[in-house]
Amino acid sequence: MLLNQFLLLAAVLFSVGVYGVIVRKNGVLVLMSVELILNAVNINLIAFSTYWGLGGQVFALFVIAVAAAEVGVGLAIVLLIYRNRRSVDIDQLDELRG
Amino acid sequence: MTGLLAAAETTFDVPGNVAFAVLAVLMVVAAIRVVTTRNIVHAALWLVVVLGGNAVVYLILQAEFLALTQLLVYIGAIIVLFLFGIMLTRAPLGKSGDLDNNQRWIGAAVGVLLLLVIGYAVTRTWGSDRLDFAAYDLPQVSDVAGSTVEIGGSGNGRTQALANEIFGSYLIPFEVVSVLLTGALIGAIVLARRD
Amino acid sequence: MWFFTHVWILPAVMAGSFLLILLFGKRLPFKGAEVGITAVSICLLFALATAFNWATWGADSPTVSASAPAEQVEATEVGALAEVPDRCSNVVTELREGEGGGATEAAPAGGGTAPAGEGAAPAAVSGTGETAAPVLGSAPSAGGKEEETVTRPVVRCVDWVETAGESLITWGTQIDGLSVMMIVVVTIISLLVHIFSTDYVHGDRRYTHYFAFLSLFTGSMLFFVLSQSTLQMIVGWELVGVCSFALIGHWWEEKPNSDAALKAFLTNRVGDVGLLVGMIILFFAAGQSFSIMDVNILAQEGEIRHVVLLAASVCLITAVMSKSGQFILHTWLPDAMAGPTPVSALIHAATMVVAGIFMVARLYPVFFEGLSIANSSVNLLAVVGAVTALFGAMLAFVQKDIKKVLAYSTVSQLGFMVTSLGVGAWTAAMFHLFTHAFFKACLFLGAGSLSHACHHSFNMVDDMGGLRKIMPKTFWTYLIATGALAGIFPLSGFWSKDEILAGTGSFPGTEGANGTYHLMLVMLLLAAFCTAAYMTRTIWYAFFGEYRGHGHPHESGPRITVPLILLAALGAVVGFLNLPAAFDFLPSGTLTRFEKFVEPIGLYFPSITHASFNPVLAVLSVAVGLSGILVAYLFYWKGAFKGLHGLSERNRLAGWGKNVLVNKYYFDWLYTTVIVGFVKGPLARASNWFNQTVLDGVVNGVGRGAVGVGRFVYDDIDQRVVDGAVNGAGATASGSGGVLRHLQTGRIQQYTALFFAAAAILAGVFVLFVG
Repeated sequence: MLLNQFLLLAAVLFSVGVYGVIVRKNGVLVLMSVELILNAVNINLIAFSTYWGLGGQVFALFVIAVAAAEVGVGLAIVLLIYRNRRSVDIDQLDELRG
Repeated sequence: MTGLLAAAETTFDVPGNVAFAVLAVLMVVAAIRVVTTRNIVHAALWLVVVLGGNAVVYLILQAEFLALTQLLVYIGAIIVLFLFGIMLTRAPLGKSGDLDNNQRWIGAAVGVLLLLVIGYAVTRTWGSDRLDFAAYDLPQVSDVAGSTVEIGGSGNGRTQALANEIFGSYLIPFEVVSVLLTGALIGAIVLARRD
Repeated sequence: MWFFTHVWILPAVMAGSFLLILLFGKRLPFKGAEVGITAVSICLLFALATAFNWATWGADSPTVSASAPAEQVEATEVGALAEVPDRCSNVVTELREGEGGGATEAAPAGGGTAPAGEGAAPAAVSGTGETAAPVLGSAPSAGGKEEETVTRPVVRCVDWVETAGESLITWGTQIDGLSVMMIVVVTIISLLVHIFSTDYVHGDRRYTHYFAFLSLFTGSMLFFVLSQSTLQMIVGWELVGVCSFALIGHWWEEKPNSDAALKAFLTNRVGDVGLLVGMIILFFAAGQSFSIMDVNILAQEGEIRHVVLLAASVCLITAVMSKSGQFILHTWLPDAMAGPTPVSALIHAATMVVAGIFMVARLYPVFFEGLSIANSSVNLLAVVGAVTALFGAMLAFVQKDIKKVLAYSTVSQLGFMVTSLGVGAWTAAMFHLFTHAFFKACLFLGAGSLSHACHHSFNMVDDMGGLRKIMPKTFWTYLIATGALAGIFPLSGFWSKDEILAGTGSFPGTEGANGTYHLMLVMLLLAAFCTAAYMTRTIWYAFFGEYRGHGHPHESGPRITVPLILLAALGAVVGFLNLPAAFDFLPSGTLTRFEKFVEPIGLYFPSITHASFNPVLAVLSVAVGLSGILVAYLFYWKGAFKGLHGLSERNRLAGWGKNVLVNKYYFDWLYTTVIVGFVKGPLARASNWFNQTVLDGVVNGVGRGAVGVGRFVYDDIDQRVVDGAVNGAGATASGSGGVLRHLQTGRIQQYTALFFAAAAILAGVFVLFVG
């Protein structure tokens, strides 16, 4: 088994996740796409940990923990947006235009 | 699953590769469905498939502890959280027309570009490396008394080694992560609280 | 020595104070203020002790004489870097290894009282037979000193990031005269601002948070000025920016305030790009090292190519423009007046805006070599500074808001400092920074005291007047600080401004400057004239005439007036710290103290010279200041120049001029309307039109031609292929025009797409061409 096949799988998942982050309108769906990205990274970390020891696995665990925290806060923000605007369309949040 | 486990124990050969290929195709298809489906609940369910596939990939890579953690945390908790999020924001439960914005082509272009760059770089650097589980073979771990014991032979040796890593060299980051989780907890409560 | 190696305590104490106030502040009897004041007081004592130690530490420093052989000078200078540990600087390590043999041979009796390791240095010189050289470092001479005391910087660092390659990223502290001076200034101003604030923001909604951020602000600045590596500088720089953002937007419930905070932050982001790029250039130029010592020594020794240094310094100047409010990017500074007044005092006197000046001063070899300052080349630094000094001073005339007058005054004075750095008068710039901190803080706090009395209005034209009798303490301190700012003898501003003017080297009879910059002298003199005049104007509006506001103003309490009095006193006398060497009738121990203790001499600093004191120029600069005051006095008090009053209403040209000033040279308008609007609309439309019409036309024309030719041969293949290509090209062209038009939409996901695309392209370039 080649190391590369895992890395390529991770690359595909990562790119799909990026596509989702860019394209999805619904805030919850954007967060789901972020989960795809994080999982792709985890595959990389664990694949590489077969070379350099268990540090990669430990790091992957940290990523999982951080992902949990991220989803918690992210969903709270989405909820807040929904409460204030009655919609979770990221499209409509264009205050940055100034 | 047991077959995969068994395969993971021995050297990899055709069955392992076939299993991986099936799994990879399934995961990629599911991932694409996550970002293209028009039904939000379906997206969450497809995400379950990807995350479960991830757990299996971890198993293939002989990271059993992580595979279990993945199942527990992601499928047990995060997906439920997502479903709650979908419910609380009153997202349309059935098929809805416009879950995407109008930059689908930009997104696709960026995604393909990223895939090409990453794929090229990865292939160029790691193209011919075989998986090498040498780093996992930590047969000797010192126990409390300080003498070294053989644990590689027993069933959960790698998990023990992982625990040693976390509570040894990575103890402080581990504690920091717990602070981070507390912070996130408080932050989420503060944000979502109705006042 | 203990103070030098443990100076990391300062930022640590302030960071601890920040956390303490944030977590427990609300439950403490004084809502957290006492924690902040205690912490700053500790820091002030520590800083003063460090300064005292630094002054005495210089006594047994090695000296080099001008006539000593080059190798011995270098051996001494390398020896002076004994307190730079190996891991903190690769270059010093190499130098030490290179010099090691010779220096130790020459140091048989080197030990003595000097700490181990420095023994080599004095011995290397004592063998030259220069013992008969004339005495102290303050010997008056135009062409430089015969014997110079080499500075011994004390560096301490710990590993931050260990990389796989050669480079080791460290962070730590670097103590030399510059950082000692900065920590003293920062802690003094910060302590007085803390005390002032207890009264000024008394009963505020976020009193506790306010003090927490004051602590963090002070701590960040201390962290910044003590930086040992350029990476650490970036971190400190951004920390300072974040704190100023939080404090400017302290009353964020009102939209203008949060807008001002955002503007400050975003304008600074523009410069930060320059900072990052400049620092990265320096990182690679210095052999992949972030150590400031490495960068400086290599730049100084000519190991880095001139072009590289030029590029780096231009990038860093962008950062200075934004942080220190220099011309073109100065627009955020006056808006930053939306924050509480003590914060403005802190920002303008000791922390935020000074960071840019400090960065130039710290990395001075880069600028000195990169801009060829010694060759009198008209360089970006000097031009930007002089333009800022003059334009800022002119803008101050039309402001109604007393704080905005002071803000533009800061812009102008920072221009003085930047010019001074640009013409090579490093010491003069630092001295001006030092004196300016005191009197400008005094002016700001005075303005705060005024507004405290006048129901929190800063509008001096409509809501103040006649406060001289009611608020005597504020009046007198404000008057003294104004005199200092205008450069009136013998207040501190006179001494530092005079040094800067002399440092331009342009005035006839001034000797010893690094270069000759005629234009700068003229612009600075004009700016000095304006400074005196507009400050007199504020005094007229605030303190004389009839009270125009409502209610009954009253003198502020002791927590406001005591800091004012202290600052005014300091602002009056600190000028004597750097009496010119020409005053040789005074004991030599009293002359050029500031220069002796602050200016580094050694391998990591260019050997700059100092312009001699020129009595004619000094008299001229005072006369310019006095004439500015006189003109304003005649104009406002005596009603002279009757024809000029209300001129802007009667004369169209004058009215136009005033409009330009009131609208701040239309810079904000330029940014918001022209640039943003241009990118948003017309540019995109124009490019779309170009794509649609010109490119399409060309492509279509080519296509049609091809179709015409091809029709003879392959009728329908041609039709399909070429037309398809043509239409495709047209669609792509109009599509790209559309993309450009949509660039500025405020939609996060488009920015995400751009971000990922850019990252992918950069990574691709890196993989293909570098990795």
